[in-house]
Amino acid sequence: MQLGRVVGTVVSTVKEPRMRELKLQVVRLLDEQGRATGGYTVAVDAVGAGHGDVVLFAAGSSARQTELTDGKPTDATIMAIVDSWDVEGKQVWAAHEETP
Amino acid sequence: MRLGRVVGRVVATVRARDLDGEKLLVVQPLDAARRPAGPAVVACDVAQSGLGDVVVWVGGREAALALRRTFVPVDATIVGHVEQAAEAPPLPPRDARGGK
Repeated sequence: MQLGRVVGTVVSTVKEPRMRELKLQVVRLLDEQGRATGGYTVAVDAVGAGHGDVVLFAAGSSARQTELTDGKPTDATIMAIVDSWDVEGKQVWAAHEETP
Repeated sequence: MRLGRVVGRVVATVRARDLDGEKLLVVQPLDAARRPAGPAVVACDVAQSGLGDVVVWVGGREAALALRRTFVPVDATIVGHVEQAAEAPPLPPRDARGGK
């Protein structure tokens, strides 16, 4: 899985019929130190993430392994909302410490 | 599968269905000489890994097969600890192998 931050929502009225009920989020990728890598992905949201949330997403065929995305043409699914993470014993980021 | 080193852990309370209880660790992929190779990934863990452990992890859809519940959006899972890893010597030039 990769870390990312939800920075936007995709509105798409004309789309593949099986994609209709799926919420698509724009996710900016983060490295393990919390820095934006410059990359982004559009991911199906399986957990109700909101704007600004730091999330984990699964990519590739694994993205289809939810009830919501089973058999659907998706290659990225947000599967967790991150509360915090640490690297080498030091906290890198925590939701409750972030100033809005 | 690839080698990696456990460098951190992720706390995430809100998760996709059937992912509760799965440990999420930050893994730095390593090359065969155990140098860092490529961006860090977040992986589930079925090998009771801890910080600093050198591990073998599986990526892609197969990563979910290592877990108790296998229909889950997981694309990386630590499946074993590495006690020893030997790098194979480089292959001789193609001519020397009698290839066409």
